[in-house]
Amino acid sequence: MAEVIWTTLRLAGVTTVLLLLVATPIAWWLARQRSWWKEVVTALTTLPIILPPSVLGFYLLIAIAPQSPLMGLLHPFGIRTLAFTFEGLVIGSMVYSLPFAVQPIRNAFEAMGARPMEVAATLRASPLDAFFTVAMPLARRGFLGAAVQVFAHTVGEFGVVLMIGGGVPGKTEVISVRMYRLVESLQYGDAHRLAAGVVVFSFAGLLAALLIERRADRKLR
Amino acid sequence: MIIRRRNLLGVAVLVALVSGAGASWAADTQVAVAANFTDPAKEIATAFKAQTGHTASLTFGSSGEFYAQIAHGAPYEVFLSADADRPRKAEQDGLGVAGSRFTYAVGRLALYSTTPGLAVDGGAVLANGKFEKLAIADPAAAPYGAAAVQTMKKLGVYDRVRGRIVTGTSISQTYQFVQTGAAELGFVAWSQVITQAAGSRWLVPSREHDPIEQQAILLQAGARSPAAKAFLAFLKSPAAVAIIRKYGYEAR
Repeated sequence: MAEVIWTTLRLAGVTTVLLLLVATPIAWWLARQRSWWKEVVTALTTLPIILPPSVLGFYLLIAIAPQSPLMGLLHPFGIRTLAFTFEGLVIGSMVYSLPFAVQPIRNAFEAMGARPMEVAATLRASPLDAFFTVAMPLARRGFLGAAVQVFAHTVGEFGVVLMIGGGVPGKTEVISVRMYRLVESLQYGDAHRLAAGVVVFSFAGLLAALLIERRADRKLR
Repeated sequence: MIIRRRNLLGVAVLVALVSGAGASWAADTQVAVAANFTDPAKEIATAFKAQTGHTASLTFGSSGEFYAQIAHGAPYEVFLSADADRPRKAEQDGLGVAGSRFTYAVGRLALYSTTPGLAVDGGAVLANGKFEKLAIADPAAAPYGAAAVQTMKKLGVYDRVRGRIVTGTSISQTYQFVQTGAAELGFVAWSQVITQAAGSRWLVPSREHDPIEQQAILLQAGARSPAAKAFLAFLKSPAAVAIIRKYGYEAR
């Protein structure tokens, strides 16, 4: 049981860190771009919210299977497939949670407006410098919100990991999948213990995140 | 108004009497069917209607989920499980009618690959290890998974391939892992690949594992339903047995 919980937390942690790195430039670009076709990118990055996890999982499974052209590009590097691997699960979770990372960060950048960056420019800060010293600190609530949402969403995901994970112990078997298998094999006692543990843990985690946000909010004022 | 209501009551009583007597009154019965038995069940339901006039409304799903739903009051009258454990437990727990349980089909295991020449007779590929992933159904939940493990142990290859096993939560998902090419090999149900011309497949001899018995049971909700009883009786008839065999199961 400990192994399953550890795999889940590791997956959520790695996904959160990597996804924040990927989502930040996308969110920045979306917040600053004026052209109409940025909505195409918005729609694409929002798509995982609408798509049923089974649809997403099905396409992901095909995309990371050995015959996929995408995997063909990785063959020279000795990677034949990412299906049923921890890395594959991380990629799947990143796609699945992308909107939950892009939205809050983009909103924070938009709320900031163009003014702080212009002021930074008049003070001779390079755009990159201004981004790290002005934009990112100002948008920190957006980043915090994105991190909490992505982490929580990844812990709670089921459909995608079920389709591409294959339940390999220690690698791709996460809490939600173990839970399903316990119920499926009529092991209700273990199922109850795991379910109760997840509810208590999730509540405590969410509460902690909200309290941290509250404190950060107070400091800001 | 009062008179009219009395008339209605009279009709209702009449309907109850007739359907209760179970004469030639066409009724409906709710049947929970294990997903792996979807196609034969549909054909059997059609034949059942043609012969008896009764309708069998089929719901397809996983046997474990069905069991949980039935234990919490789901209105199914008949349960066609993918294994023998759940109907046995239903009988013990009083969810099913005692003595109504029987084996309606015996599943056969197959080693399957979409690559031609890989899953050949005898399963030599398991010993020579020319594959990366082998998909099986969860041995704790699905009898096909347990049979796959037994077969590999008997062939003496289990410890060698263990690290390459991926598990599907059901035999349908296991089949999907192989069909999409995510796993090169998989132990699936013979009924899933019986019409599959492409790729390669090996029908595992039944002596390699315990029989994969799929059992049916009359549930308490159907204890007084003539349609439910008729459906179970029909399931044992030569007409139904012929359909079951056609889809790659064994039946007595």
